[in-house]
Amino acid sequence: MEIPRHWRLKKQRYALQGEVCPHCEGKIFPPRDVCPHCGNEARTTFTFSGRGKVYSFTHVTEAPAGFEETAPYTVALVQLEEGPVVTAQLTDVDADEVEIGMPVEMVTRKIRSDGDERGIIIYGYKFRPVMQH
Amino acid sequence: MRDVVIAGIGQTRVGELWDISLRSLAYQAMKAARKDANGLTPDALYVGNYLAIVTSHQSNLGTLLADNAGLTGVEAFTCEAGQASGGAAFQMGYIAVASGYVDAALVVGVEKYTDAIGSEQEAALAISMDADYEAMVGLTLAAQAGLLMQRYIYQYGAPRSAFGAFPVLAHANAVNNPFAMYRRAIDQDTYEKAPPVADPLNLYDQASYADGAAAVLLTTPEKARQAGIGHPLVRVRGAGGVIDTLALHDRPDPLAFDAARYAVQRACEMGGILPGEVDLFEVDDAFSIYAVLGLEAAGFAERGEGWRLGQNGDLRLNGRLPVLTMGGSKGRGNPLGAAGVYQIVEAVQQLRGEAGANQVADARMALTLNLGGPASSAFAHVLERV
Repeated sequence: MEIPRHWRLKKQRYALQGEVCPHCEGKIFPPRDVCPHCGNEARTTFTFSGRGKVYSFTHVTEAPAGFEETAPYTVALVQLEEGPVVTAQLTDVDADEVEIGMPVEMVTRKIRSDGDERGIIIYGYKFRPVMQH
Repeated sequence: MRDVVIAGIGQTRVGELWDISLRSLAYQAMKAARKDANGLTPDALYVGNYLAIVTSHQSNLGTLLADNAGLTGVEAFTCEAGQASGGAAFQMGYIAVASGYVDAALVVGVEKYTDAIGSEQEAALAISMDADYEAMVGLTLAAQAGLLMQRYIYQYGAPRSAFGAFPVLAHANAVNNPFAMYRRAIDQDTYEKAPPVADPLNLYDQASYADGAAAVLLTTPEKARQAGIGHPLVRVRGAGGVIDTLALHDRPDPLAFDAARYAVQRACEMGGILPGEVDLFEVDDAFSIYAVLGLEAAGFAERGEGWRLGQNGDLRLNGRLPVLTMGGSKGRGNPLGAAGVYQIVEAVQQLRGEAGANQVADARMALTLNLGGPASSAFAHVLERV
């Protein structure tokens, strides 16, 4: 696994830090060099609330290397309340309880291991159902 | 731009070909295509490949494969666009001949998938997704398709069972294809009992990844005539290549498959035809949902209605729009970076009248559509018998 790459992505992984376009105010996650809404360069950071809804989901049975211990797991497209959609695993929920439109919130969890390669464990965002109070 | 014809085709059996190397597999297809073109010598070799850097720890395939085949002094390099690498390499070969840059180009798509094993395979496949924001959270190619299928069923109310029509058709057509991985029919019941891979997507919604190589020799009509080729020639009448966002989550409307839509539009506009004029459509069926979305994107069905085409026989060999005529990726097997070249080879078989028991009657014009990922990239081609 590429250590500089993981270090570089820490603000996105731990804090859902994206961007707000200084030209059109479009919210952007993951960060991009060019705003997809207006075509100008986007560099102003913006931290997302971490709240959203499930746009779609799937239960992964055949996992790639690094995720064998986690399988089966649920991956979702989560539409953040600010607009962008993020791909993330769902957690703290039974597979048969997941449905499209379900409100979810971001939590930090272990994402994967790199096996015996360097022994690092990668943490990042997952989403769980919004707690009822 | 000059007219370009396909003067020769070659393909290997698709499957788990443990006993043959990447270079020899490619060579078999290259040799067959050159032989079919009466031994025409290419000035360039363009390679379609997606995974060799990971599965075979091998880059610079252009040099390796040309060198191994004794093609000294040619121009040779790889064209890579994930699972659309075959379509990309064909596009390069077409442009090279059409522009007058070379007089004859050999295009080979090759994949040696089974050099990786177990969970290495899914990890290798993941390199065509957004590594930082898709692969890193455990998304797989099948899971991308699963996300789209789930949303499609939710949004349009398509019955889950309707997707079975595509693998059932693909397997039925593969029975008569000697190069196919699965030469046996399956029925709807078998489909419905298959285990999930990325639920709601099941094992039969996914074309099996496999090894294989396919090649075509492209040249000008004049040069093909001089070579005294006995079989009919097939002209490249239209070509289009388009990208969408790499990551599925970055699309405002993930079910639209816009890259496929625009690639087909460009290829048809260039050829001066409407998609409805073609006699067959080699749509990309890496996953059954992709065949549905490809049919909609190409304009053969309204949004949300593509699944219905599988229900009434329209897509069969004797139907209104035959698809997957030699088994598609589901029946023939999915040799990934080679799949786009297999589609071209199979379309040429149809247009030459060489498709045997699967011959589409009076096939004169064909459309092919090769997708990288969930139409993150798309190549479409219109082919016509001269």
